[in-house]
Parts: sequence; structure tokens; C-alpha cells
Amino acid sequence: MSKIEIRSPLPGTFYRASSPDVPPFKADGDSVAASDAIGLIEVMKTFQEVPAGVDGKNITFLVENEEPVMAGQVIAEVEA
Amino acid sequence: MTIRSILVANRGEIAVRIIKAAKALGIRTVQVHSAADADMLAVKLADEAIDIGSPAPKKSYLNIEAVVNAAKAAGVDAVHPGYGFLSENADFADAVEAAGLVFIGPKGDAIRLLGDKVAARAVAAKAGVPTVPGSAGRLATIEEARAVAAKTGFPIMIKAAAGGGGRGIRIAADLADLERHFPQASAEALAAFGDGGLYLEKVITKARHVEVQILGDGTNFVHCFERECSLQRRRQKVWEEAPSFLLPAEVRAKLCDSAVALAREVAYRGAGTVEYLYDETTREFYFIEVNTRIQVEHPVTEMITGIDLVSEMIRVAGGAPLSISQADVEAFGHAIECRINAEDPAKAFMPAPGTISRLVVPEGEGIRFDTMLYEGYTIPPFYDSLVGKLIVWAETREACLERLRQALSGLVIEGIPTTIPLHLALASDASVARGAFDTRFLERWLETEFAAKTGATAEVA
Repeated sequence: MSKIEIRSPLPGTFYRASSPDVPPFKADGDSVAASDAIGLIEVMKTFQEVPAGVDGKNITFLVENEEPVMAGQVIAEVEA
Repeated sequence: MTIRSILVANRGEIAVRIIKAAKALGIRTVQVHSAADADMLAVKLADEAIDIGSPAPKKSYLNIEAVVNAAKAAGVDAVHPGYGFLSENADFADAVEAAGLVFIGPKGDAIRLLGDKVAARAVAAKAGVPTVPGSAGRLATIEEARAVAAKTGFPIMIKAAAGGGGRGIRIAADLADLERHFPQASAEALAAFGDGGLYLEKVITKARHVEVQILGDGTNFVHCFERECSLQRRRQKVWEEAPSFLLPAEVRAKLCDSAVALAREVAYRGAGTVEYLYDETTREFYFIEVNTRIQVEHPVTEMITGIDLVSEMIRVAGGAPLSISQADVEAFGHAIECRINAEDPAKAFMPAPGTISRLVVPEGEGIRFDTMLYEGYTIPPFYDSLVGKLIVWAETREACLERLRQALSGLVIEGIPTTIPLHLALASDASVARGAFDTRFLERWLETEFAAKTGATAEVA
């Protein structure tokens, strides 16, 4: 079983949910499809969805909600 | 009291602008910054800098306690809030004054009053300023909303009393739409602003955005003529001019006088802007809102009047009377400001932070560039995409456009995409040259003319 890293395509602020009053896109342990959104990156007041990019299961988030991220930083890992 | 030291509670180009004005007045400057902004130009220019928290705005630039504590620790006399962030937060103004410091802007009560859109409409009406036809105040029920719409007609805007800056607005095309949107809009406003209050305003379909610069010291009030800011994308201004050159002289006089009447009504202190929609066909103007702060586009007014608005704000906040009377305010020539954003106009204006590898700023008569950029600076991704404002002045609008084309061609920013290509296209456009635009012009133009010219995609996929 291998771990696959999901990286942030952009620098900015990472959000787990589309707004503060809804559940996160994915909870730790969820399975993901490549096209699923796993979070949002806020870049200069503009929000971009972060797709998982891979099919996998048991997602583990490595970045907290509302934390700053660099481009290329690993946001989460999934098991392939 | 004469202000001898100022804390700058902002970032970016406006922080630089405030520091320059303060230095010219011999005032000591203290710059607050987030952990992501330690390298910003304002930090380098200020006499002292204080880290007030992590990059997220609400943990730094929007954190009232952190900013006030920094001001107290630095022992400054006054706080300048710039624009955005806490600049129109009445609680912040109160907290600054409660700490025994001067807030460079209006009193908290005036900010609160004018920030409530329903209350501001009532103040405007009382001062004899025409408002957009709509409800006299907050609407409690759908029956009241129906009665208002019966008088004004459709389309009509359902607005949140606590909204502003283009947020909290829905448009109803007909009665069925109104019935459907009204309860939803109220629930949404309650969730977003903690206040479900709504009011109605008729949609003025073809209008220019015209605004009047005001200055007050609490007793004396003047206007510094108007600005034309119709070129907007997603309700954000992109290009601003002074004066609004197609405005008939008698309309200009009435418009500017009405802004002064409004300032007098609230005993305004500081610099402010009264915003209007202007309908060219009927020659009617309608009050929209008051911004109780310095605006991004203030330089175009400075270029045509020769008045240093930031400097005047500081003097007035220190208790000095306005240094000018209305008779002293004269407008000469024409000025245009282009907002240079770190966005890619060829890719749906996708914001693009990054490192500046080369910067060449055009110089010459009538050219001004307000910026926080320098070679080697890395623009952080956490804040607004505005990186500079190119302001050009000339004796006529035609000469101004010609000088603007030269200045834009001479402005080189490498390392990031910018909106310079957009402005070059606008500066050469025939409709822009004629001034044939309204607030909806730019978005249409981007989809047609600009897309054809550049192969740009209008929306993010």
C-alpha cells in the first residue's frame, strides 16, 4: 500500500470547507475520487478549489483549516 | 493636539502613501505588519515596525486588540487606518480613542451612522440629496415590500441594511421574483451580517458611477470635485478619472453641493467620498453611499486640485481647521488612474502572487506611480491583488490618454502577470476615448473586444 501526496497548486490560505457553517469537503479517513474537491485555496481574495487529483482512500490532512500554504506544499495524503 | 507620531494600521501601497505624507509633515511613523509582510516597503520606510500577528487578516490587520496594543506600546499620538481592513470599523475608531489616541478619520458614531445603509439614505434625504427611488427605511414584511415595488416598478434591488461593497444584493425582475427572494434575502443577511434588515432600491439600468471627494473639520466642509469610476469588473473599480468630463457644469455644481450638504448634516471630520449613480439621459443623480475613509482612487483628485488629501486628513485629525476654503479648491486638467493588479488578464484575471524580478517606473511630467513594489519583493498571497496605481495628468483628457499610453508602455513589472495589458487596451479604445461607458461597459467589453484582441478567456473554468 502506497501513500500519495496531494499538493497545493497555489500559495495562499487553505480551507477545509466551502464556508464556515458547512461540513468540510472531506473528513480524515474518507475515500476520494480524483475529481473530488478536498479544500479551497484563497489567493488574493479569490477562492480556487483543490481537486484530489487521484483516486484513493483513508485521506489524512496535513494542513489545518485556515492555515497558510506554499505552492507545492503537501496538503494531504491518501492511500492508493 | 498636534500629531507628532502615527501608527499605520494598513499595508501595501496605501501604507507607503501614508508614510510619505507623514514624513513630509515631520511626523514619526510606526508600521504594523503581519508575519507575511516583514519585507514590505512600508516596513522599510517607517521609523519603526511592529509584528502584530500571523498572515490571516483577521489575526493581524483586522485584529482590533493587536493594533491598539501596538499603538499603545509604540507610544504614538494617532492611528491612520488607510482603506479596507479596519478603516470603516466604528468599534476600532472607538477603541483607538478610548486608548487616548487620535483616530485619523471621522468619529466612531459618524462611521456607524453612515455605514448603516438605511440610516445613510435617511441622512442623505434629510440633507436634500436625491436617493435612488425605493423604501424609506427598513422593511418588516413582504406586504411593505410589495407596496414599495408598486410605486418604483421593476427591476428592483433587495439590499441588506448591513451590507455594502456590493455584498448582500439580490435583483428581482418582477413581483414573483420579489416574493421568492425577499424571505431568502432576509435569512441570508441575518447569517452574513447578523442583521436580517432589508430595504429596496430601484435598479438604475444605465448609469455612471460618479463620486464626490469631501473634506471636513467638523465645522467647515468642502468638496474637491468629482471622480468618474464607471469602469468596474465584478463591482470593483479598475480605472478612475477626474473630472467626470461629460458631466454638464450645472449638474456638477448640484452634485458637489449635495455632497457638502451631506457632510454638513453629520458634522463630518476627515476625508470622505459620497458615491452616486448618474443617469446621463435624464441628467438625474442618486446617492448610493458614503465611504468614511481615504479611497484607493484619491490621487486623481490630488492631481487636478493640487490638494494633498492624506496630509489634510492628518492635520484635521490633530484638531487644525481645514487649510482650504471652497474658493481655494480649483480643478485644472484631467487625471486618470489605472489600478495595476497582480492578475493575469489573459486567464480570467487569475490572481498571481510572486517575486518581482524587474521593475521600471516611468517618470516625467504628470506621471505618478503609487506602489509597494521593489525589485526582489515577493508579493504574499494573503491580501488584495493591487500592487500599484499609475496616475497620469495632462491639460486635456485627450493629452492625458496619450500620456497614459506612453506611461503604460514604459511601466515594466517582471516576475508576475499584471493588468498592464488591459489598461493599454483600454487607453487605446475608441469608446473609452469618447467616454461612452457606464458601470456595465467593462464586463461586456472584456467578453467581446478584449477577448477578440487577446484570445483571453473571460471566466475561470
